[in-house]
Amino acid sequence: MHKKVIFRHRWLPYALLFPQLAITIVFFIWPASQALYQSVLLEDAFGLSSKFVALENFIALFEDPHYLGSFKVTIVFSVAVAFLSMGFSLLLAVMADRVIKGSMAYKTLLIWPYAIAPAVSGVLWFFMFNPTVGINAWLLRQMGYDWNHYLDGGDALLLIIIASAWQQISYNFLFFLAGLQAIPRSLIEAAAIDGASPMKRFWTIIFPLLSPTTFFLLVVNIVYAFFGTFGVVHATTDGGPYGATSILVYKVFNDGFVGLDLGGSAAQSVILMAIVIGLTVVQFRYVERQVEY
Amino acid sequence: MAEVRLNDVQKVYPNGFKAIHGIDIDITDGEFIVLVGPSGCGKSTLLRMIAGLETVSDGEIHIGERMVNQLEPADRDIAMVFQNYALYPHMSCYDNMAYGLRNKGMPKDEIEKRVREAAEILELAQLLDRRPRQLSGGQRQRIAMGRAIVREPSVFLFDEPLSNLDAKLRVQMRVEIRKLQRNLGTTSVYVTHDQVEAMTMADRLVVMNEGVAEQIGTPIEVYERPATMFVAGFIGSPAMNFMDAKVEGEEVVVGGKLHFPMPNGTGALEAGREVSLGIRPEHLDLGGNGDVGLPIKVELVEHLGADTLVYGYLPWDTQNLVTLRMQGSQEFPAGHEITLTVSHDHLHLFDKQSGKRI
Ligand SMILES: Nc1ncnc2c1ncn2[C@@H]1O[C@H](COP(=O)(O)OP(=O)(O)OP(=O)(O)O)[C@@H](O)[C@H]1O
Ligand SMILES: [Mg+2]
Repeated sequence: MHKKVIFRHRWLPYALLFPQLAITIVFFIWPASQALYQSVLLEDAFGLSSKFVALENFIALFEDPHYLGSFKVTIVFSVAVAFLSMGFSLLLAVMADRVIKGSMAYKTLLIWPYAIAPAVSGVLWFFMFNPTVGINAWLLRQMGYDWNHYLDGGDALLLIIIASAWQQISYNFLFFLAGLQAIPRSLIEAAAIDGASPMKRFWTIIFPLLSPTTFFLLVVNIVYAFFGTFGVVHATTDGGPYGATSILVYKVFNDGFVGLDLGGSAAQSVILMAIVIGLTVVQFRYVERQVEY
Repeated sequence: MAEVRLNDVQKVYPNGFKAIHGIDIDITDGEFIVLVGPSGCGKSTLLRMIAGLETVSDGEIHIGERMVNQLEPADRDIAMVFQNYALYPHMSCYDNMAYGLRNKGMPKDEIEKRVREAAEILELAQLLDRRPRQLSGGQRQRIAMGRAIVREPSVFLFDEPLSNLDAKLRVQMRVEIRKLQRNLGTTSVYVTHDQVEAMTMADRLVVMNEGVAEQIGTPIEVYERPATMFVAGFIGSPAMNFMDAKVEGEEVVVGGKLHFPMPNGTGALEAGREVSLGIRPEHLDLGGNGDVGLPIKVELVEHLGADTLVYGYLPWDTQNLVTLRMQGSQEFPAGHEITLTVSHDHLHLFDKQSGKRI
């Protein structure tokens, strides 16, 4: 159903839209078009002049093993963040769904991490895993694992995965809890009478019925892992060691502002933009239309 | 096939609310028991306790030889049909019916055989591939029935399974359910708040009120000899007329003027005892030759087609309407005075304090 509002003055709707449009144009459309423009230019070594090189920046990127490596890191990172965060949130939501007494307190506590800035959360985990003073690193050493994210690329990647996933747990938890509470109790009861164990009930009834929520969250989490985690990386590993945690958004920044390769960096952001657009389309096409039973 | 025995069953919810105050019922093998009562009286609670979906606070529930208080729903050998059907929305109708059998680890061909058989009986063979949302309410109801019968349980439990259907379908389904249950011979407990369903389907009724079983008996027993004023008022439509009365010797006197003989089978009562006299609207006669005449001033007439309902007041009591149900159609102007008579075998006498039948 369409709601149509009739305005008396022609200019009023435009005036009302103006602030939003202005923000979109100044902070999104304009920089995006600049990036597009930059991505087809090559600057000389001194940054004095640039010339048109068509798609050369892009070709160079896909021939660059560092860039391809960053792509791989990003995919591993995103998938790991999404699964870790969603898995853990789902577990928490299932447990919170059963709690009756004091459930409000649990819910409130579980929402707090969402209010913390990514960089702060990154630093928090960075300290906890600090090889010399971090409590987690100490615990790991007690268990015989020598944790060092300054030297070990795997450890560093794991660190930013944990820090990023932790941030997203609250958000996922809220959605999963709402999804769980929307499942009629009688369905679970019918399954119990039908002889399904709690585990089986979860996997054959609850989980499939949650799938619209799960899919929505999957897209949101991937988008978050791709674009929302810059702060975590920047505050902790700076993409290192040896590029092991150099995810795509971080590399855009690093190549452009540290390496001063504006053309290459712009080309990278154009690729990221394409990915965002792709994910948004997926989200609208499938999620907005809601899997309906 | 099994008997079900409830022994002083009680339910206290975690918030301290006592929903069931101690109920004893012996249900014989193959019997169709209907739990009926007003909303909130604890019908669903009792049924869910039998199913194992609610814990039993006190007392014992036996199904067959076993005391089932501590058993999981799945181990009680029961099947339940829910008010909202509770079909699994993401499974086809076939899978809905097969789910319980698969969980038991039954071989595939046996499952197939049972589901096809049930589908045959319920005439839903063409619907098996569909999802529940692609079905009408009546068809969903059948699938829910199918899911219950494929398991061949010893007890069926129904919680208002027909209340989401339209009136016509409800009548049709109630006949089908009853027929099916007779053929299968499975012990059944059926919850409803619809007294027509209760009267027509039950072998025996359990009339419940505020967590207490007020009366357990066949529909005719309950109608003819209601054990309490509550049952008398709840079963039968329109509801029974009640009049305050006093015992005077061998008679019951209403309003100091109408002298009714003691109803059949009532022993001697002490004089001056306060009682309630009950008369069903269908047992009042217009100008017939009953034992006592009630002078009524007509207030309102309702035409039901086959019957006419006449409401009016006794001259000394303008608080309580007296209802008359008569066959055919007849018109009375408001304010018209008529005399109704009643035969003394149709009088019900209740203690005013306890509400119990005398
Ligand atoms: N989980 C619960 N906690 C506390 N009280 C409850 C709970 N479930 C039900 N009750 C109360 O127990 C009483 C009986 O409820 P029940 O659902 O058995 O009624 P019912 O007879 O099935 O009514 P209806 O015809 O409306 O379905 C009600 O007063 C209800 O408020
Ligand atoms: Mg109920």
